[in-house]
Amino acid sequence: MIEVEHLSKLYGGRKAVDDISFAVKKGEILGFLGPNGAGKTTTMRILTCYMPATNGTARVAGYDVFEESLEVRKRIGYLPENPPLYHEMTVQSYLNFVAKIKGTPPNKRKANVDDVMQKCSIGDVRNRIIGKLSKGYKQRVGLAQSLLNNPDVLILDEPTIGLDPKQISEVRSLIKSLAGEHTVILSTHILPEVSMTCDRVVIIHKGKVVAMDTVEGLTHQVSGGERVALVVDGPAEQVREKLQSIDGVTSVKVDGGAEGHPASFTVECKLNTDLRRVLACAVVQQGWGLLELRGVSLSLEDVFINLVTQE
Amino acid sequence: MQNVLAIWQREMKSYFVSPIAYVVLTVFLFLCGIFFSSMLYMTVQYSMQSQFGQGGAQPIDVPWYVCRNFFGTMSVVLLFMIPMLTMGLFAEEKKRGTMELLLTTPVGNLQAMLGKYLASLTFFVILLVATGITISPLFLWGQPDIKPILGGYLGLFLYGAAVLAVGLFISTLTENQIIAVVITFGISLILWLTEAFSGSAEGVTKEVLSYLSVIGHLDDFLKGVIDTSSVIYYVTFAFVGLFLTYRSLESTRWKS
Repeated sequence: MIEVEHLSKLYGGRKAVDDISFAVKKGEILGFLGPNGAGKTTTMRILTCYMPATNGTARVAGYDVFEESLEVRKRIGYLPENPPLYHEMTVQSYLNFVAKIKGTPPNKRKANVDDVMQKCSIGDVRNRIIGKLSKGYKQRVGLAQSLLNNPDVLILDEPTIGLDPKQISEVRSLIKSLAGEHTVILSTHILPEVSMTCDRVVIIHKGKVVAMDTVEGLTHQVSGGERVALVVDGPAEQVREKLQSIDGVTSVKVDGGAEGHPASFTVECKLNTDLRRVLACAVVQQGWGLLELRGVSLSLEDVFINLVTQE
Repeated sequence: MQNVLAIWQREMKSYFVSPIAYVVLTVFLFLCGIFFSSMLYMTVQYSMQSQFGQGGAQPIDVPWYVCRNFFGTMSVVLLFMIPMLTMGLFAEEKKRGTMELLLTTPVGNLQAMLGKYLASLTFFVILLVATGITISPLFLWGQPDIKPILGGYLGLFLYGAAVLAVGLFISTLTENQIIAVVITFGISLILWLTEAFSGSAEGVTKEVLSYLSVIGHLDDFLKGVIDTSSVIYYVTFAFVGLFLTYRSLESTRWKS
């Protein structure tokens, strides 16, 4: 449904997007993760035909975003970072206007607008002036307009920002319910949100793709043996060396371990290996005190921070 | 085509929801009222003086005289007012972020431009029609010749159509409404002044400047003379403005 190939965007010498490629299948929900300034919004703007790429191609619903921009725009719903609202209009008249310019046939407009208002729970403010709404409501009106005319592809830039926990939960369920029929790309900083709603994740950093996988794939969520946290009472450096020497261990991180105090060790192991028993034996056999040992599963946050601070 | 209508409708609603439209209407009509009444007074005085002056009465067509001066003054006042109608048209869209909405929907740049231009033109026509109230005394208590008056209105309409197109173009160049209004006003003023410059020029320069002058043509209309070359002048002007607007909008698609 969406194919991005070697997309680049330069802003006068600065590479906002640097040769990124990814694809999204029909009905999938893709999460776009990245620190601020990573290039998420720029990529979305290119996909929605708001701005042209410097290099590379992007295709949405089979149409090229530059050559066949009109066809693309007929099939997308877009929620930009700042919801594009006319503050002097009422919610109802705004949604009517957007429905019109999106090409909703006149006889289906009212039903479509009502449906969208109901999905986003903004029916009770339909006659209020948008400028007078709270941030949360404004965000939902923005989301509502992106759903008008049932687009094949939804591109949402931080859809839950500004919402209270109850609303966030509602929006997440809404997005999940859209999968299958609609293809969704959503960008966010809120990592748990990605785990909850997205099928796959693309992590972007400084304009480049640094990771692209399912959430499980990224966090190696297996039974918990792949990362082990230990607290050992013994000479930190020697313990570290011993642990590092064990077959299957990829890295050992030490924390603390000042004179006489036990140190914490975080041992990373190869995929699909459970070295807890081996590690325990190794420590005990050397005569060091094994105070704590537990398997730690990587959170998406750890993966993210890891990938993003690798500079 | 229905997109043009949708945008036109939205802009019209927006005009009448914002204070700008009402302020412009009120101030404009107020000024017109003042100018009209003072002009009427002066003309009547002058007419009476000339009657009692050199023996034989030299009747002055008061309504015509008044109208001519009135329209002339209106054109100056409009110089200030018209830029205010166009300053927000695109500048505010960009500022509010709704440009991002328009450019990502099936609405084309051409449709957006036409919708907004027609909305500003409609409002301008409303403004002109409202001045009908101002000059109504002429009809209530006199029998003015209608042709020069209609000619004057036609001239003002064409003049407005041209300046609105320029204003629309300037509005696409900036996010800041103040900058838009000042530049539009500046350009209108320069064009207005070419009339004065043409006075001190000679030969071909004089001819060229004279043709380019926005007021020169208006003057003909105010006399009741509808010269095709003048009509063409204004229409071309408007087209140039719209063409530049379209180009400006399209250029955002090509910026890299």
